[in-house]
Amino acid sequence: MTENAIGSSPAQQEQVSTESRISGENEFAIEVRDLVKRYPKAQFNAVDGISFTVKRGEIFGLLGPNGAGKTTTIGILTTGVLPTGGSAKIMGLDVAANPVRVRQRIAVVPQKSNLDKRLRARELLTFHASYHAVPRAEREARADRLLAEFGLADRGKDNVNHYSGGMAQRLMLARALMHTPDVLFLDEPTNSLDPQSRLFIWDRIRSLNEQGMTILLTTHDMDEAEQLCERIAIMDHGHILVLDTTDELLKLVPGSANLEDVFISLTGRTLRS
Amino acid sequence: MNTTTTAHDYSSAAAERSRSLFSVSFLAFLALLRRDLLIARHDFIGNLVQWLVVPAFFLFIFGRVLPQTGAAAPAYGALLLPGMVAMSLLMTALFGITLPLVIDIGNEREIEDRLLAPLPTAFVALEKVLFAALTSLIAGALVFPLAFLILGNAYQVRTDSIGTLISMMILSAFAGASLGLTLGTAVKAEQIGLLNSVILLPIIFTGCVYFSWSALDSIKWFQVVVLFNPLTYSSEGLRGVMTPGLHGNALPALDMRWVLLGLAVTIVVFLSLGIKGFIRRAVR
Repeated sequence: MTENAIGSSPAQQEQVSTESRISGENEFAIEVRDLVKRYPKAQFNAVDGISFTVKRGEIFGLLGPNGAGKTTTIGILTTGVLPTGGSAKIMGLDVAANPVRVRQRIAVVPQKSNLDKRLRARELLTFHASYHAVPRAEREARADRLLAEFGLADRGKDNVNHYSGGMAQRLMLARALMHTPDVLFLDEPTNSLDPQSRLFIWDRIRSLNEQGMTILLTTHDMDEAEQLCERIAIMDHGHILVLDTTDELLKLVPGSANLEDVFISLTGRTLRS
Repeated sequence: MNTTTTAHDYSSAAAERSRSLFSVSFLAFLALLRRDLLIARHDFIGNLVQWLVVPAFFLFIFGRVLPQTGAAAPAYGALLLPGMVAMSLLMTALFGITLPLVIDIGNEREIEDRLLAPLPTAFVALEKVLFAALTSLIAGALVFPLAFLILGNAYQVRTDSIGTLISMMILSAFAGASLGLTLGTAVKAEQIGLLNSVILLPIIFTGCVYFSWSALDSIKWFQVVVLFNPLTYSSEGLRGVMTPGLHGNALPALDMRWVLLGLAVTIVVFLSLGIKGFIRRAVR
């Protein structure tokens, strides 16, 4: 029996163990097969038949320019976007069929701040945990610990409207950890942050991963992808062009110094274009 | 530094996940409700002023000044009061859900954290409806003491059917909140200014707030038009249970069966439209 079947009904256990068998004893945290998304009235597929898997405990990167389909992919995996075709599973649970169960296992740090501005910083953390049924004593203790770790201990009572971009990003990451997710999604986590905040976030991402958290991040920053990710999928126009470890990707194009060179040779464009 | 998550956190997370789907969703629903209650507590004074100012002016001018200057009948206050309670209920519920929703779901996406809570998306919408209905019941109830103070001797409310009165208020609150949910998901942030002129005024002036439905006998077409306004059913329902009889006869109001049907249809139709609209906006 797998960890996620503890205390569930026999029918649920059966479903989970079937899922586990299919996914190779639940070796994968994320499984995406032939995933397609076309938004209503759109001319093209935002995500056009992509497939990939992410192992438990892996840091996986989706690298590509704006409009490549990275955010839509994260949207589907985090139950905010309905797929048009194909399937996506988180910890063996289909995202379209079991959105509520999937939400228990994931956390998302979005590209733009979506902090609940009506709440104060610490309330933001405790309410997030209470949405996820974390008992009161525990969520209070966890909020204090995370605020301290993210350098926000003395700003817990602040209105988040007064937070800088870096502070908002740290608070969103702290919020994501309040319910101890299995899989953490980071959409352009350090986009538009100052170098110091960027290094801080990178450090936290590595440390979370060392504790066993699976992390999927999107970025159009090749440096970030190279620094953090074990494997990288390079996306463009809704497709995955290549998917491999950083070293293997660099070998793809002889003479390339970094992933930007690989991307240019694959698409004829730069990542930021 | 590496203490972000502990083994204890993981074991308690496993315990939280082992709950049944219903229990997980119910706990998340309660937490959403608590969030809204906390915010309402922060804004209490502002809300109180908002709830009292409009009915206070209407009751004073129409229920006190006009009758005393002879421009309205002395008993006009008794006819107006049920309309004011209905208007407070319906409008507080409607705007209590429409305005925050238009802003939340529009550009800001502040609602995202609640949409990622482990409960069906429809429950997030239902929580908004329940909360808006609860606050509007407070606003509606406050009109009674306000009227008692302003109307003086003209304050006359029957107390023989309190149960029906409360049920009528609850139905009105949910009708307003359901309507608000539909509007909140249909209106875009840049159209918010239109709400006043296109929604608020027509609803108030065709909602049998200032006149009873039976008095429209002489303007038949208008009597039919007002039947398309949910506020008509709310006003007439409350009028039926609140106003004292004249010379031993109850003041004529729309038949209670039509009132119940009108409010029930409003709730069913707009709640389902609103939930559909909410899901369409929330899950792309």
